[in-house]
Amino acid sequence: MNDVVPFEGIGASVRRKEDFRFLRGRGAYTADFNRQGQLHAWILRSPHAHARIRSVDVAATTGMPGVVTVFTGADMAKDNLGGLPCGWQIHNKDGSPMAEPPHAVIAHDKVRHVGDPVAVAIAATRDQARDAAEAIVVDYDVLPAAATLEAALKPGAPEVHGGVAGNLCYDWHIGDKTVLDAAFAKAHKIVSLDLVNNRLIPNAMEPRAALGEYDPTTGDYTLHTTSQNPHVIRLLMGANVLHIPESKLRVVAPDVGGGFGSKIYHYAEEAIVTWSAGKLGRPVKWTADRTESFMSDAHGRDHVSKADLALDANGTILGLKVHTYANMGAYLSTFAPCVPTYLYATLLAGTYITPVIYAEVKAVFTNTVPVDAYRGAGRPEATFLLERLMDVAALESGIDRVELRRRNFIQPDQFPYQTPVALQYDSGNYQATLDQALAAADWAGFESRRAEAAKRGKLRGIGCSTYLEACGIAPSAVVGSLGARAGLYEVGTIRVHPTGSVTVLTGAHSHGQGHETTFAQLVADKLGVPVAQVDIVHGDTAKVPFGMGTYGSRSLAVGGSAMMKAMDKVIAKGKRIAAHLMEASVDDIEFERGTFRVAGTDKTKALVDISVAAYVPHNYPIDEIEPGLEETAFYDPKNFTYPGGCHIAEVEIDPETGKVSMVNFTAVDDVGRVINPMIVEGQVQGGIAQGIGQALLETCVYDADGQLLSGSMMDYTMPRADDLAPVSVATHTTLCTHNPLGVKGCGEVGAIGSPPAVINAVVDALRDFKVRTLDMPATPAKIWGIINGGRAMAAE
Amino acid sequence: MYDFQYHKPASVADAVKLLADPDAKAISGGQTLIPALKHRLNRPTAVVDLSGIAEMKGIRREGNAIVIGALSRHDDVAGSAEVKAAIPALADMAAHIGDTQVRNRGTMGGSISNNDPAADYPAAVVALNATVITSKRRITADEFFQGMFTTALEPDELVIAISFPVPEKAGYAKMRNPASRYVMAGVFVAKTGGEVRVAVNGAAPCVFRQGEMEAALGANWSAEAVGGIKQDATDLNGDIHGSAEYRAHLVTVMAKRAVAAAG
Amino acid sequence: MPQVTLTVNGQTHTAEVEGRTLLVELLRETLRLTGTHVGCDTSQCGACVVHIDGESVKACTTLAVMANGSNVTTIEGLAAADGTLHPMQEAFREYHALQCGFCTPGMVMSAIDLVKKHPDGLTEQQIREGLEGNLCRCTGYHNIVKAIAAAAEVMHGKRAEIARAAE
Repeated sequence: MNDVVPFEGIGASVRRKEDFRFLRGRGAYTADFNRQGQLHAWILRSPHAHARIRSVDVAATTGMPGVVTVFTGADMAKDNLGGLPCGWQIHNKDGSPMAEPPHAVIAHDKVRHVGDPVAVAIAATRDQARDAAEAIVVDYDVLPAAATLEAALKPGAPEVHGGVAGNLCYDWHIGDKTVLDAAFAKAHKIVSLDLVNNRLIPNAMEPRAALGEYDPTTGDYTLHTTSQNPHVIRLLMGANVLHIPESKLRVVAPDVGGGFGSKIYHYAEEAIVTWSAGKLGRPVKWTADRTESFMSDAHGRDHVSKADLALDANGTILGLKVHTYANMGAYLSTFAPCVPTYLYATLLAGTYITPVIYAEVKAVFTNTVPVDAYRGAGRPEATFLLERLMDVAALESGIDRVELRRRNFIQPDQFPYQTPVALQYDSGNYQATLDQALAAADWAGFESRRAEAAKRGKLRGIGCSTYLEACGIAPSAVVGSLGARAGLYEVGTIRVHPTGSVTVLTGAHSHGQGHETTFAQLVADKLGVPVAQVDIVHGDTAKVPFGMGTYGSRSLAVGGSAMMKAMDKVIAKGKRIAAHLMEASVDDIEFERGTFRVAGTDKTKALVDISVAAYVPHNYPIDEIEPGLEETAFYDPKNFTYPGGCHIAEVEIDPETGKVSMVNFTAVDDVGRVINPMIVEGQVQGGIAQGIGQALLETCVYDADGQLLSGSMMDYTMPRADDLAPVSVATHTTLCTHNPLGVKGCGEVGAIGSPPAVINAVVDALRDFKVRTLDMPATPAKIWGIINGGRAMAAE
Repeated sequence: MYDFQYHKPASVADAVKLLADPDAKAISGGQTLIPALKHRLNRPTAVVDLSGIAEMKGIRREGNAIVIGALSRHDDVAGSAEVKAAIPALADMAAHIGDTQVRNRGTMGGSISNNDPAADYPAAVVALNATVITSKRRITADEFFQGMFTTALEPDELVIAISFPVPEKAGYAKMRNPASRYVMAGVFVAKTGGEVRVAVNGAAPCVFRQGEMEAALGANWSAEAVGGIKQDATDLNGDIHGSAEYRAHLVTVMAKRAVAAAG
Repeated sequence: MPQVTLTVNGQTHTAEVEGRTLLVELLRETLRLTGTHVGCDTSQCGACVVHIDGESVKACTTLAVMANGSNVTTIEGLAAADGTLHPMQEAFREYHALQCGFCTPGMVMSAIDLVKKHPDGLTEQQIREGLEGNLCRCTGYHNIVKAIAAAAEVMHGKRAEIARAAE
């Protein structure tokens, strides 16, 4: 490399390319797009959790200023539109498929949650559309609601969907119960724990928005939408809902202001604006108010579990039994059914040698917003369960909590390691991440800090979690056999332009992850093209061949691997061209960072010489090699990737108010090879903030009637800067063995590892109060209630 | 929001005339009214912007009182040399209302006229036994705040200024609602001319005086004096963030801290 | 309809608005300055923060008519005419204080006001508390706090440049 050019390849903290536009207010988010003749849609939403719609009377909207039309569910039904599809089918224990009731785009028989769309008013301005929506008269026959897991499971509970008995979507299990029972029979000790994984509302800072357009002269539809995966939306909406062929439907996900899972799914509003644009021949735009986000974006988590851990006299794990109820909400969101099954129960071995695991999961419909994947998706729930259980087991068996973990760790020489719940881990070193974290957090010196805090009247505690996740989603054949209705490969195109600059087309989508920089670094590293000359194109089905999008920490492990594969093809072709130009055998051509060389000689050609030759093929083996230098690769991962690590939280509690303050947080994560350390650190810090949010602040609350009590930022506690403490983030790398980059993924580790570390620290701080079960979030009122004698301190 | 007529009078007299319309609403900083309008909770025919009225501005010392114009923004109060010198607890309260942007727009007159149970200023007004000077009269603090979002103000009556007697001692402590950051329970303690007043905000539908604590502090001005006094939880607010019982407990804790802050 | 005249990023504009038009709507829809974002409807997220006469305000909680005659600065107006970034913008980039970019314009505008209000410097705790009116869901704020601390030193002449090497 040239000395004066800073290294930009793998391992460099290159400052982000995308920041130039974001910092100048030049980002282009969906709500920023406006079209000539554009109309605005306002969705009228159900105020009831459960009601039969007797009638929808739109007469009063006729002639209102600016109002163009109102569409109801009946109007959509007339066009024979499909319902919103579910992308994953789980099978019951008996082999029968899960209950999969229809999900109308606009409700027309019943509404099933507060926020369920009932009609859409379309007018010249947003205010006028809202005025019209308010003038619609809906006659509801209000029905009793099943607003919580508990309520939905009670005998005689209201049925969310007619014909779905007991509101049970599926009753699924994994593992061998007979073997488990035998292991439990031999146990020295069985530690049982009830756990609730609190329901969360994602709240990406950009509210969802959608802009539909239709060109009657060509029949082309275009949808701009706040999505993490535009190709998936095109597929689901085109094929299942609106019956528009891919060739006539373009989906663009421009700059997207955060997703965290909530923007994976195909939502009603996308279909509504696209279909309405076609009906009206004019662009139709919808932008959510935050209030609508609360009642229409898919929520996350919401598990109620019972776990039993069997140990021998040495604290060695003999087996784990888990029973979980998972809330699906009122309808099955796109990936909902896989979250509490294949993204949860398969993770229950964690970092430990667990000879046998048996888990059963019952998924339940309730009269609430659909629940789907939210940062971590299933894995935080598994980790919270396991890491709380380990702390309780340590306490009750008198073994130090760190020592208990060490005794049960999968050893570095045991990889590849086959768990009893389907996954095969390829690499990891849990001892190393634990040791590094203990040292960084000064775990050994904690007791003196506890004593010092006590002098100030504060209760100080420390807690750890040694977590594991599976990401880099996912081998298509494997997920297909498990019920996925899609492949989960990724697509990358490398287009080397004649003068040597590069455009990358990727099916991954960046909504904060910094792909435009990280992916450019891959090209810089491999092809030797400066980052400034590498342009990353994503988020547009008209530009990118195909793609499955960004979620499950898959962009680099799967999308990056596709790019590597495409670059291999570019290099292979380049070698043939270079061989021709340098009159050598192609077998003798070596390539490294932009230079083709005849092995053992000083004869070289730069990449630009090859690209010029490829596009200006004057001296070129035209009969043997096509002109041009552009390659596309589809990469299907061979396995999941398995990041893991250790998170340590240190908290202080004000016993007078019950307020828990974060004082320190230390993370040592193994995310595989690190491409851009600055970006990885940022991803981990952000994930930890969401994990601390779950542990201390955030929770979604419905009342018995299904009204959303935490329905705004006035009521739902979003983490603010002063709720959080400095975070120390470090990595310890073992490489992924099965993808070309050795990368694992870093987007979710923070949200997975941190909640149990924080709760373990809170429980440690409260050790004098003998706390065994502490449901998240550990709010001041809840903690004070414990200190004050175990009384619940939040009013119902 | 629904549309409305917008007026910007230059005098109190003109503003009062416009507010004779019962469907008109006064606006100063707008930090409470605008969010309510956005949610269509309110449908005024006219909005009367008071920000151009000179008579309602300014902070000055008048004898043994600090007189704060109704249009004084929280940031003005927080930064005022007069307030900081005479009633530092009030300046400090102002410095911790809402967030920076609220403090850059929101006004004292607007806050007390709205009388949100979770607002800060009502506790200071009551504990400091301030007098509310309106376009019609002078109203004592004890008479001014009448209930949740209810004051002694008549529909066409405007707060012009608030006159705070300078206390010997004053302190304020609050626990914030973790989500909204409004007051969940706050206590303002003050000793003025030998009289002790203790005002509690956030915990109940309206600011109220805590008589038992006033008596205790009158006898012995110390955190210990209030530490053993339990607030009755009856009639206190409860919500998903904390029960009435928790708020009652916080009243004692905040009272201790307010006394400690007052010195 | 009321008419407002205001200076935005140095340019004077006159526009007809409704009484109910919010400043953020005027900026985004009439003036097409879409760098100012709307992230909530309860005045809490701060994505819409702009400066009016040098002070930070939430443009979603300000009527356009109330900004009549004032001087408004938005994120688009921060960088110098030659494209040089404001030290706060530069610090956000250098310290990786943004991810999805949605909260960033409001965060930067608030941060500048915060630094200006503390000419004697800011502690980490003051920065965290000073960001109470701005929500970020991506970064966990950690790098935002570091960026503001660095920018404050540059803005107050205590440090020559934003680059981390200067630390």
